[in-house]
Amino acid sequence: MNGEFTWDFIVGHMNYWLFIVLMMTGLYIVVAKGNLVKKIVGLNIFQTSVFMLYISMGKVTGGTAPIFPADMIIDPDVVYSNPLPHVLILTAIVVGIATTSLGLALIVRIREEFGTIEEHEILEIEKAIAAAENKLHGEAMGGRA
Amino acid sequence: MATETTHHVAMTLSDHLPVLAILVPFVAAPLCVLLGSRSLTWPITFLASAASFVTSFLLLLSVIDGGFISYHIGGWAPPLGIEYRVDAANAFVLFLVTGISTIVLPYARESVKSEIPERHHTLFYACFLLCLTGLLGVAVTGDAFNVFVFLEISSLSTYVLIAQGSYRDRRALTAAYDYLIMGTIGATFFVIGLGMLYMATGTLNMADLADRIADQGANRTVRAAFAFIVVGIGLKVAIYPLHLWLPNAYTYAPSAVTAFLAATATKVAVYVLMRFLFSVFQPSFLFEVNTLEFMIIPFAILAMFAASFIAIFQTDLKRLLAYSSIAQIGYMLLGIGLLNESGVAAAVAHLFNHGITKAVLFMGVGALVLRSGGSFFDRIEGMGKLMPWTSAAIVIGGLSLIGVPGTAGFLSKWLLVQGALEKGWWPIAILVVLSSLLAVIYVWRIVEAMYLRSPASDIEAKEAPLSMLVPIWIMAIACIYFGFATDITLTASHTAAQGLLAGPVGLH
Repeated sequence: MNGEFTWDFIVGHMNYWLFIVLMMTGLYIVVAKGNLVKKIVGLNIFQTSVFMLYISMGKVTGGTAPIFPADMIIDPDVVYSNPLPHVLILTAIVVGIATTSLGLALIVRIREEFGTIEEHEILEIEKAIAAAENKLHGEAMGGRA
Repeated sequence: MATETTHHVAMTLSDHLPVLAILVPFVAAPLCVLLGSRSLTWPITFLASAASFVTSFLLLLSVIDGGFISYHIGGWAPPLGIEYRVDAANAFVLFLVTGISTIVLPYARESVKSEIPERHHTLFYACFLLCLTGLLGVAVTGDAFNVFVFLEISSLSTYVLIAQGSYRDRRALTAAYDYLIMGTIGATFFVIGLGMLYMATGTLNMADLADRIADQGANRTVRAAFAFIVVGIGLKVAIYPLHLWLPNAYTYAPSAVTAFLAATATKVAVYVLMRFLFSVFQPSFLFEVNTLEFMIIPFAILAMFAASFIAIFQTDLKRLLAYSSIAQIGYMLLGIGLLNESGVAAAVAHLFNHGITKAVLFMGVGALVLRSGGSFFDRIEGMGKLMPWTSAAIVIGGLSLIGVPGTAGFLSKWLLVQGALEKGWWPIAILVVLSSLLAVIYVWRIVEAMYLRSPASDIEAKEAPLSMLVPIWIMAIACIYFGFATDITLTASHTAAQGLLAGPVGLH
């Protein structure tokens, strides 16, 4: 395997390298950023990287778009790209849009209820709520909690 | 054109059962929204769920002896077309999911009324139906990419359903958001895995995939695909270190949603995990055996102890039960990791038994919330006197959670211990028993609070309404019934386990 790790191999798999870079960038943003909208942006980049993986694998060297010619006469020598991954990714794009819109809608509601979209501020508010709750219920139980 | 052969074989309604189970709730969901009538929404939802339940029951009857039904969507034959494939394993899951939803819905009516504003009810039930559709679709399909699509249908509607808890506690919104982020990462990992499998094999039909993976040997792409798929589904299953979304989601979701999700969503994910581990990849794929032995089993045991331990110290009953769910998922994963018939049968049986057990418990908690205004321990104290029927049902659920003989939970733990002993792993059998003792502690805490304490002075609770009590007690009686009539669960789970462990042969 290591013997094949040549310049041609690296350049020939350029889209796969980019897929990994994009994927990791997206995942990093989701994990590292505290702003809820930025997290959604990261999630989007992460999902888009997968589109790239699928579309890359559908490409056949020298292949053209897999569309029936208008006269319906098929030249057996013509090479076509694989349309299936493209179709799959259409579905995944729809799923991605639905996820993004739902995520943004949730952020709007969070902003209404918490007054912020910064994760650390939300965590502090939640901590305060939990502490107040524990105090209230702890007193009600007479220190048995 | 007389010589052209016709591919349209006359089909009766019963041939379309696999797709009907999915289509009925799927069509009913937009119907609810389009009609926009609040009085019609609930009946439509209930009828759709009941129709699905009847369909699933008929499917289960026709495959319980070990056969399978292959349904070609649109008449396109697999592996090119999408195939729905029903065998004992997924018919059992379909039966569980539709059964739970049909019983939770009458309960939901009252509970939802008190927890969600009236104007959102139509959309709430539409979402509920979509979630049901997604879960059923995941279970029934024989096409790997179709699993992803249905998984996302169910996940997206689940996020919405959880967020509906915000009218009671605003933390439901952040719980739903966190679940959305983690669930989407999980689903995307799953798609990356599928992409790699497609790269290596050129097919997406599960039976076809299984054949071609078997020919690949130690292919690095297939191994990477395996890792992505296990982690992706693992997030949905809430395998121990990937469980962080679960406690908040279950605690802050509306009671009816928690009861439905706890009993079905993770169970369906466990089924998908089994389908991929045993049918698509096979135990002969050495990488998988290593993963199971060195990753899944240790994490399963960690979940059994750590999550039970955390559950003991919770002050909120709903959160306590959420942590206990994580522990119970550990038992299912342990059964899968044992890789023998008893172990896998234990996983399938526990999937069913834990489904009904958690349905009783979360529905009971929902009834307590309705009457006493909260699920904290100080709010449920003395409820044994004020709400005797609800409390008794919760106790039955608790006993089943521990695995007391005569309840459903006993059977699956017995199978699990048997599976471990068959493998000669007696320390694991002991660990199963020990972790059940932790369950005794937290169930005792519930019993103590409900029966041995006097209620808070400001609570004037009366028994829950009949429309909630009846579903709770149907499930409670089911817990006992399946504890005594063990041969139904045993036959179904053993047939399912044989089918799963037969690998690709089980798919042909």
